[in-house]
Amino acid sequence: MRRRDLLRNRLVAAALRSRGPQLVITLAALAGLLVAIVAGLTGTPVGARNAGIVLVWIAWWALLMLVAVPFAGRGWCSVCPVPVVGEWLQRGAVLAPHGAGLGAGRRWPRALRNIWLQNAGFVLVSLFGIIVLTQPRVTGLVLLVFLAAAVATSLVFERRTFCRYLCPVGGFIGLYSQLAPVELRVRDAAVCAAHTDKTCYTGSASGYGCPWLVYPPGLTRNVDCGLCFECLRTCPYDNLALNVRPAGADLAVARGRGLDEAFKTCIMLGSALAYAAVMLGPWGGLKSAASAVGTTPWWGYAAAFLLLVFGLLPGALWLATASGGRLAGSTTTTVRSFTRFASALTPLGLAAWMAFTLSFVFANLSYVWPVLSDPLGWGWNLVGTADLAWTPYGAAILPFLQAGVLLGGLAWTGAAVRHVAADLEPQRSVVLQAAPVLSLAALLTVVFMELLVA
Amino acid sequence: MTERAGRLLVIVVVVGTPLAVYGVRWALARSEPGATVTLHARMAEDGGWTPDHLAATVGQPLRLRLTSDDVMHGFAVGRTDLPVVNVKPGQVSEVTLTFTRPGRYVFYCTRWCGVDHWRMRGTIDVAGDPVEAAAEMPPLYVRLGLDLDAPHPASPVPAHRPSAARGARLGVAIPAAYQSLDRYRSQSPAQLWSSLRTDTRTRQLSNADVWDLVALVARSHTTPAALEEGRRLYAANCAACHGERGAGDGVMAAAIASRLRSFPRHGVTGPVDFTEPARLLGAGPALLQGKIVRGGMGTGMPYWGPIFTAAQTWALVDYVRTFQMDLEDPNE
Repeated sequence: MRRRDLLRNRLVAAALRSRGPQLVITLAALAGLLVAIVAGLTGTPVGARNAGIVLVWIAWWALLMLVAVPFAGRGWCSVCPVPVVGEWLQRGAVLAPHGAGLGAGRRWPRALRNIWLQNAGFVLVSLFGIIVLTQPRVTGLVLLVFLAAAVATSLVFERRTFCRYLCPVGGFIGLYSQLAPVELRVRDAAVCAAHTDKTCYTGSASGYGCPWLVYPPGLTRNVDCGLCFECLRTCPYDNLALNVRPAGADLAVARGRGLDEAFKTCIMLGSALAYAAVMLGPWGGLKSAASAVGTTPWWGYAAAFLLLVFGLLPGALWLATASGGRLAGSTTTTVRSFTRFASALTPLGLAAWMAFTLSFVFANLSYVWPVLSDPLGWGWNLVGTADLAWTPYGAAILPFLQAGVLLGGLAWTGAAVRHVAADLEPQRSVVLQAAPVLSLAALLTVVFMELLVA
Repeated sequence: MTERAGRLLVIVVVVGTPLAVYGVRWALARSEPGATVTLHARMAEDGGWTPDHLAATVGQPLRLRLTSDDVMHGFAVGRTDLPVVNVKPGQVSEVTLTFTRPGRYVFYCTRWCGVDHWRMRGTIDVAGDPVEAAAEMPPLYVRLGLDLDAPHPASPVPAHRPSAARGARLGVAIPAAYQSLDRYRSQSPAQLWSSLRTDTRTRQLSNADVWDLVALVARSHTTPAALEEGRRLYAANCAACHGERGAGDGVMAAAIASRLRSFPRHGVTGPVDFTEPARLLGAGPALLQGKIVRGGMGTGMPYWGPIFTAAQTWALVDYVRTFQMDLEDPNE
């Protein structure tokens, strides 16, 4: 499939270069975030009737995992309201460069220029997942902490350091954005090479240097591109392309993959397993343990969760890659094989999260209608939907959808594993290299099928 | 769009969103007629009712907005016929109360929301001119000076379940002295049995026949309507601990027994088993009335005095008796 540049369409290009539409959408999202925080902190403590829970963990999460991430990669990041307040203060401007801002502009420590902190943040939130997802006060607090952390980071450090190195959500969106059928790339690298000012990185009167600390001509994967479109505004040569491309094209790229990203893949798979078991499984004891934060059973749950995401899953993948390499007589280091094969598991990870999301979205989407009328559970009926009863949707088709998504994810991962094996050691047996990792992927799919579909 | 317009838009959203939320609340509150109190219900262990004290005036409507912060609760005002309202999680139910007599009323949860459900109570002080009324007599158990916590075992106990219908079929005229309501309520079935057993007019009957006469006496002091009212009250208020069939095995029984193991009170180990003859046949109606009105003093048995009317309490006492006796109408 050839790439098709959406910016060749003048309307699309104009809409993306202009700051107005992006600002309006971001402000709408910011209003939603503020409502969620106010509702979470001051509305009813009943999660199913509080906008903090329903709009964030049902409506937004469904849009993110079923639409935005699979089809637009970091599309959400381009209108995310969390970092914008800090960014406006940092820049001293809401739109184009306009005078001095308040940001100290310090550089992020070199040792932390990776996604380990994002991994840790996601694991930390996941450990308290069941209370974050069900208790409005906790959700309100978490959102407020996100907002405050983004503002503080923007005031101390340069550009969008928070998004790039700290945001736990941005971490996994970046991972899965590799699978998206869109990418932002330069059209002609030679033009960039000849452009001495590099305004896409340094900024100009028309726009800011890449907020995501990326040099656009060096982009080979979506992971670190936040689709903020600043480079469209700062490039004097109209040399940027927003391509529609084959989905998952980034998986073929070997460059730039580290252990932090490989562990991110395992953390996401392990978290999907844990969430599915706790929230959808039949084990009341497990659910109670995950909910009873601070108690001995919760510490047991936390230890098991940490062991799963930092020990068992990475360990199993390490063993699979090492044994595949040994079977095939590979000379590639296990670390390199591990990071490459981990990237091949990202389709299965996204499929697992989509299947999990489908299960609770279909069951709980009807909670959205009353909350639109009464976002804080204060007895309002703004649009006449406050009394609509809970109704699960699509129970008959849900298992088939989930099974289809999981099997699709497995097939995609299978193709990616095969490609990685062929890329790592083209002269060795692809089957022998790939077989252990494929077996692990198949085993994980069976477990997800059991937890989510059966 | 200019920078100025952008900043203005940002300020509108950042400041306006929270203001809009509270503005709508303020506007809706202003549109409500009269004073309205929002009453939050939570399981007792999480705080119960908030606020738990309300004030009202005779003849003036008290408008309540009821909402639950956790599970389904119910709202009712004791010793009145004011409506019972479901209090749903995260939703608001409205009720308007108008009191006709001054005094202190108790409002309470009507749904078994947890092991401490009965602690979900609050008070409404209703102000107004005192109404001339006949002084209410103290409950019978108080007038009799009964020690509610003293052991009261029955001995002997019947070999078979006593039946009012069988008692009626004996064709024995029960001496008038035993027909008195005061006497019936003052003594236990076991005491009544002993009296009849030794009475020369009924001495010729077998032990089982005398127990049937005891059931017949009990039957003569209640009505089908009272038994039905007692059944309804029992199911709503007592069955969760004492069990649907009175065997002390309700859904809350295990939790209560567990607590009593840690904090023993009066040798009570759990909800009373009404199917145990020695216990229930040794307790007269006045004693049962006291147990209901005063409660179990630390045993987990709630005090129902502010909730049930005197008639409701007696109906409940009559119904509890059916766990030991068949009180079906002999004429049916």
